[in-house]
Amino acid sequence: MEVKVKILRFNPETDKRPHYQTFRVEAEPTDRVLDLLEKIKGYQDGSLAFRRSCAHGICGSDAMRINGMNRLACKTLVKDLGKATITVEPLLGLPLIKDLIVDMEPFFEHYESVMPYLVNDEPPPLKERLQSPEERERFDDTTKCILCAACTTSCPSFWANGRYVGPAAIVNAHRFIFDSRDRAAAERLRILSDQFGVYRCHTIFNCTLACPRDIQITKAIGEVKKAIATGSLD
Amino acid sequence: MRFHQFDVVVVGAGGAGLMAALYASKTATTAVISKLYPSRSHTGTAQGGVGAALGNLEEDHPEWHTFDTIKGSDYLGDQDAIEFMCNEAVRAVYELEHMGLPFSRTPDGRIAQRPFGGHTNNITGKPVRRSCYAADRTGHMILQTLYQQCIKNNVTFFDEFQVLDLILVNGVAQGVVAIELATSEIHVFHANAVILATGGHGRIWKITSNAYALTGDGIAIALRRGLPAEDMEFFQFHPTGIYKLGILITEGVRGEGGVLINGQGERFMERYAPRVKDLASRDVVSRAMYLEMREGRGIDGKDYLYLDVRPETVNKFAALDGRTRPDGSPYRVTAEEILSKLPDIIDFCRTYLGIDPVQQPMPVQPTAHYAMGGIPTNRFGEVVIDEKNKVLPGLYAAGETACVSVHGANRLGTNSLLDLLVFGKYAGLKAAEYACQTQFHNLPKDVADFALEQLDSLRRCKGEGERVSVIAEEMKEVMMEHVGVFRTAEGMQQALTKLKELKERFRNLKLDDCGKVFNTELLNAWEIGNLLDLALVTTASALARKESRGAHAREDYPKRDDKNWLKHTLAWLEENGEVKLRYKPVVITKYPPKERSY
Ligand SMILES: Cc1cc2nc3c(=O)[nH]c(=O)nc-3n(C[C@H](O)[C@H](O)[C@H](O)COP(=O)(O)OP(=O)(O)OC[C@H]3O[C@@H](n4cnc5c(N)ncnc54)[C@H](O)[C@@H]3O)c2cc1C
Ligand code: SF4
Ligand code: FES
Repeated sequence: MEVKVKILRFNPETDKRPHYQTFRVEAEPTDRVLDLLEKIKGYQDGSLAFRRSCAHGICGSDAMRINGMNRLACKTLVKDLGKATITVEPLLGLPLIKDLIVDMEPFFEHYESVMPYLVNDEPPPLKERLQSPEERERFDDTTKCILCAACTTSCPSFWANGRYVGPAAIVNAHRFIFDSRDRAAAERLRILSDQFGVYRCHTIFNCTLACPRDIQITKAIGEVKKAIATGSLD
Repeated sequence: MRFHQFDVVVVGAGGAGLMAALYASKTATTAVISKLYPSRSHTGTAQGGVGAALGNLEEDHPEWHTFDTIKGSDYLGDQDAIEFMCNEAVRAVYELEHMGLPFSRTPDGRIAQRPFGGHTNNITGKPVRRSCYAADRTGHMILQTLYQQCIKNNVTFFDEFQVLDLILVNGVAQGVVAIELATSEIHVFHANAVILATGGHGRIWKITSNAYALTGDGIAIALRRGLPAEDMEFFQFHPTGIYKLGILITEGVRGEGGVLINGQGERFMERYAPRVKDLASRDVVSRAMYLEMREGRGIDGKDYLYLDVRPETVNKFAALDGRTRPDGSPYRVTAEEILSKLPDIIDFCRTYLGIDPVQQPMPVQPTAHYAMGGIPTNRFGEVVIDEKNKVLPGLYAAGETACVSVHGANRLGTNSLLDLLVFGKYAGLKAAEYACQTQFHNLPKDVADFALEQLDSLRRCKGEGERVSVIAEEMKEVMMEHVGVFRTAEGMQQALTKLKELKERFRNLKLDDCGKVFNTELLNAWEIGNLLDLALVTTASALARKESRGAHAREDYPKRDDKNWLKHTLAWLEENGEVKLRYKPVVITKYPPKERSY
């Protein structure tokens, strides 16, 4: 079947502002949107710019707006879109560089700001630190994050103020705050209780809907809010 | 052009690169240069686990792991390096746990382990639980954990910088030349030690589990600088890729009791590997699958088979096999248990196939997966450049791009993550130690010229020419057809002729993008050039090896030939495009080669 792919194009070296360009592509219903972009780049217009690597939803490279929703191009199939024209646009809220490529630096800076690493200065045992399956389960959901930015760039609070750390950073803080082996929860909670922390979240749920890893982001943010409010991790 | 100076530069931010950086940065100024953001590296897709004889669930020993790896390698692995790796494995896994890796846990809170192909109890010959895992996203957790630790330790990253060339001054490594993707600016990194950790090159083949970014840049760069590549003919085809897409379905599925089924509903692995069946080594299983399909026993006679992990199937065959749980009770699973142990696999199947693996079997076919060969190194990650293992000062390699060789002719599952942990660490330590006691050489004025020439020769926007994607497609087809699971002299000869034609056509490309900002078309073209070179070296090495061993299966020479071929291939790519081959001995310590059966 033939599908139309309408892409928001922008070349900073020649264009004043972004504009749409439509390509016609031969596609199978089971093709990924990423396959369509590859076909366009490979056989119609080599200058089309987008990021991609794993092609199966694990590396987080190709989050973009597809028919108005933030999704991974490699995890979205033509048949699931059910429209004659597929519209593809770059993520919102991060500076546009070229075509579907946005500047990811602000996103990674927010990530780094929440101490996204295990802190525990007690001398480790000779073998593994013990952790029960229940303790491990406590933060399982937030370990799945692939840093694709789909959540943060779907959040109206983040659009309104780019200094808000955003859902992805909170998810990654949650992953450590609730890890029984970590000792820096208090410090992370202090960072997140700042004016650009969790209280910018107005439970709009866009992030949860956007997450390609099905992480319960709003729930995780809620748990962090509760921990700040009660001073307890239970 | 911009200049930077560091003691150590690491090229690549996958598991190997990050591990190296973590250790090098403890004592030396260290920069990591990566064409992808670190968290996008392909290590993140590894599913099944990392091998270490912790013995958390049953008796196990590093010596058993060593022997299994040697046997799995079809005796082509270097036994000193393998023994070293398997002994270090236990410490490496505990170290990851201390860094925060969220392993799945046993009921008593220890690291969970599952069986994997080729890993056995050396007394009973039965599968042993040796693979340490975090659900079916072990690689994701390793990559995340190492990246997190690098952030904690303030390692310097140059993200979205692509390395194009290696700087050698008087036979000593002195840094790399890279291009900044966002601007096309050239950066010269002057360094006393360079660690290449650029990953694999599965993109040579049509059906592959490998990411777009896996284009063998490190090996191609080394070949162009006159260094050899080792054992390139040994490339692993993983038995279970999703039909047509190549996306990997981890061996962990078979570890949890899943079985391969042919078009007649038969569990055919019983005939090929009576003892361990579906958990035989990957080369053995992939060949068995090809043979089944060739005999018309594919599903509906087509070129795929079923991987069946429905609870009723698992339980039926577990009962027939007499499989038990650690406490001795019979092994039985429920749909919920499968869902909790393999969540990502279930998700892939739902997304890409629209099926639910606990209710329907998965259509699978072998998929190009892992490079056993690569840049030759010793067990400290130092690059060696001839038959006598002469070290090239200042140059190191680790991870899939390197060939130590611990995988020989066939890698066991879970041993690659282990390889990158152990040799990434030692490469980092060695590089830092060497770099800190070495003086910088002056760089020649034309240091960036070779890189620039390569780009200029591709950057042709006007006039006639061919699209690089056409060339790439033809390469992938011919390699899949003739240099895949089964090989013959005739087929490989055809492939060689085709590759030479493609290399000729590659000199006359037409690009649409003449810009500087994220000119991904230009860099993709450069990457296809790398793949072409690697395909050529792979095919020439394979054509010369007149035996079958591990992943290299020749129909015209179906037997292993230890008398003539118990040796490593070293291949050089000459300037005229010819491949020169020489050989070096395999290190054998305790385990003389034996016939291999599972
Ligand atoms: C789907 C899948 C599942 C797997 N499962 C397992 C498993 O369960 N157990 C196991 O042991 N092994 C597994 N493997 C194998 C294992 O994951 C890989 O071999 C290993 O992760 C490779 O790591 P690496 O660090 O060498 O390379 P990668 O992780 O691929 O990293 C390569 C790095 O090099 C960078 N790079 C490349 N070229 C350049 C350049 N020119 N300039 C700058 N940077 C560059 C990239 O940006 C990237 O950061 C699996 C592999 C696949 C594909
Ligand atoms: S939480 Fe989900 S949407 Fe947000 S960055 Fe992580 S994976 Fe992407
Ligand atoms: S390409 Fe990796 S997530 Fe889509």
